[in-house]
Amino acid sequence: MRLRDLCVASLGAAVLAAPIVASPALAQNEQFVPLLVYRTGPYAPNGIPLADGQVDYLKLINARDGGINGVTITFEECETQYNNDRGVECYERLKGNGPTGASAFSPFSTGITYALIDRATTDQIPVLSMGYGRADASDGTVFPYVFTLPATYWGQADALIQYISAQEDGNLEGKKIALVYHDSAYGKEPITTLERLSKERGFELSLFPVAHPGLEQKATWLQIGRQLRPDWVLMWGWGVMNSTAIKEAAAVGYPMDRFVGVWWSGAEPDVEPAAAAAKGYKSGAFHAPGADSQMHKDIQELLGDDAADTFGTVLYNRGVINSAIVVEAIRTAMAKYGNKPMTGEQVRWGFENLDLTPERIEEMGMTGFLEPLKITCEDHEGGGKLMVQQWNGEAWEVASDWIEPNREPLRAAYEESAAKYAAEQGITPRDCSKVE
Amino acid sequence: MSPRALTAWILGAPGVILIIGFLFQAIAAANSSFFFTWGYYAEVLIAGLLQGVMYSLVALGFVLIFKASGVFNFAQGSLVLFAALTMVGLMEMGLHWVLALVATTAVLVLVALAVERVVLRPLVNQPQIILFMATIGIFYFLDGFGQTLWGSDVKVLDIGIPRDPIFILPGLVEGGILINQFDLYAAATGGILVAVLAVFFQKTRIGRALRAVADDHQAALSVGIPLKVIWAVVWSVAGFVALIAGIMWGGKLGVQFTLALIALKALPVLILGGFTSIPGAIVGGLIIGAGEQVAEVFLGGFVGGAIQDWFAYMLAMLFLLFRPQGLFGEKIIERV
Repeated sequence: MRLRDLCVASLGAAVLAAPIVASPALAQNEQFVPLLVYRTGPYAPNGIPLADGQVDYLKLINARDGGINGVTITFEECETQYNNDRGVECYERLKGNGPTGASAFSPFSTGITYALIDRATTDQIPVLSMGYGRADASDGTVFPYVFTLPATYWGQADALIQYISAQEDGNLEGKKIALVYHDSAYGKEPITTLERLSKERGFELSLFPVAHPGLEQKATWLQIGRQLRPDWVLMWGWGVMNSTAIKEAAAVGYPMDRFVGVWWSGAEPDVEPAAAAAKGYKSGAFHAPGADSQMHKDIQELLGDDAADTFGTVLYNRGVINSAIVVEAIRTAMAKYGNKPMTGEQVRWGFENLDLTPERIEEMGMTGFLEPLKITCEDHEGGGKLMVQQWNGEAWEVASDWIEPNREPLRAAYEESAAKYAAEQGITPRDCSKVE
Repeated sequence: MSPRALTAWILGAPGVILIIGFLFQAIAAANSSFFFTWGYYAEVLIAGLLQGVMYSLVALGFVLIFKASGVFNFAQGSLVLFAALTMVGLMEMGLHWVLALVATTAVLVLVALAVERVVLRPLVNQPQIILFMATIGIFYFLDGFGQTLWGSDVKVLDIGIPRDPIFILPGLVEGGILINQFDLYAAATGGILVAVLAVFFQKTRIGRALRAVADDHQAALSVGIPLKVIWAVVWSVAGFVALIAGIMWGGKLGVQFTLALIALKALPVLILGGFTSIPGAIVGGLIIGAGEQVAEVFLGGFVGGAIQDWFAYMLAMLFLLFRPQGLFGEKIIERV
């Protein structure tokens, strides 16, 4: 080897080794939060604000509070491009970072969530699938490491039907409701719940699958707008499918105020491409729109220009809430295990004992922005409430009171589905009365 | 096209449409849950034909490059996205859309020159598959570079084309037949573009040189037609076609990453119409557009819906059984 090559190799080795050598000293009092993001790829318009919100909240906690009980938060983004393989790769790459490993993973993808459930359970790291993923993972006896708070797709389907019922004076008998959905596991999630509700409430449910990515919906909307003419249309879409649906709905003259999307079909990238045609369109949400909370003011004040450009948008706010829930789970865990970096297993305990009371939400500066939640060993959903928001042409605004899904039938459905999963996988459900 | 073939098309196409209509009418008579009226059928058909023109706009770009170089340009979809991103980016900087159109065309000419100089020229005399692989590289480069330059946000491209639906024949059909104005404008744009390309290929010196290169590279070179210049010109023209497609598709869907995927919708059009024929791209687009819309609306319910994407490919492959070179493709006969 020539001298120059040797020097270059030595320098490279030193650069690579430096973080390893330096990390123990620097990282003793750090809590690592991995961020699976998609700032590039087909879903980047949605992924960017989600990632921005997560990052800004973690920065806020470090800047305002000096971390969580004196433990500084560190984080690292890993680009998944909303791709399952990359999601698993990112998980493997980040799970061991920090002095105690990863706190919790939030994949922001139903597909990646499915791919991580077994791995995370083996590695004892919690997975927060906030408003996506497997609805039956709300049953904590079968899925101890997966948390679905504040609500699932099944809960949302129930809440949206409640909303529609209220608009129809409580009577859905004989009404026609169409579901336009992404033809994937995600898009099919609400169908069972809606079919049950159609029998119970007497409305006629029509299903319209849309093939990925959803660029082509003309035929779908000709059927809806010119043939079926339903009283209401629900949409379970994602990415370009949402804005295309809104445009095509407008093109056949379907009234926007009778078109309600899932919470992943209700953000700025969904309505802005449709411009004026989207005015009046509605969607579900588990947090309020806007940037009026004390937490938002804190971000603006403390981060200033360092805050992301997407500040205050719907998906930014959702990213903020995701980080807030992770931070609160870590804080809850610290109350039991002490103010030091928590392991994944300890954070799981924190999730399972998370109690976001109105007082705690006030302290977090999120009053009016997020409803109270309480997680238990059995219930990993936490009883979250939902609302309907409406696009006024320039911004999202609140269009309903908070709606609580009917928990009893949903809980029974979660338990039935989770029991089936447990039987298939050979899992023995936990006895929560014996859990500490 | 021979007069005999033209007559067959003029009489055959409406005949097939009527036969399919009568078939659906018979199904509706036998099955009350199957919805069919002639007015609704016409509405779906017109929507499909207009949609087909949009597919043709993308397919045209593929045809141009394939004709001139025999290369299937995988990058055409990303060229559409890059063109639309550049156009909307310039408009966001305050340029009027006409100026932005001119400036974007200039940018696309630069891209064409760069592609010829950096990618194609070093690969002269390499097998076609190598050139194809090179276009895959161009696809990913343009895709990433466009977003690095202009961002990944969804952008609104509005050049003032009306979008409200209009209703025709209200006296003849109950409720009239709904037509999307935007699609009408897009179809008119597609028609003008094809006319311009026809004049360019038939009446200009460069156009004739392009056709010569398309017919036989070696023969064209032997009479002094510069292949490098022709490649740069054809990529520039394909870039301009991509810009028009980008404006139409971007105006319809918003300018975003997934716009590059509309190239996938052009593939069945090319399979059906032939890779070397501009009329083939147009007729192929119309057949695919109308076929997939009619299939989705009237047959989708029997198999759970969402069939239009794969139905387009199935339809194209059905045609391949009878015309392997596509409807208008050149039949290649090689003597051994």
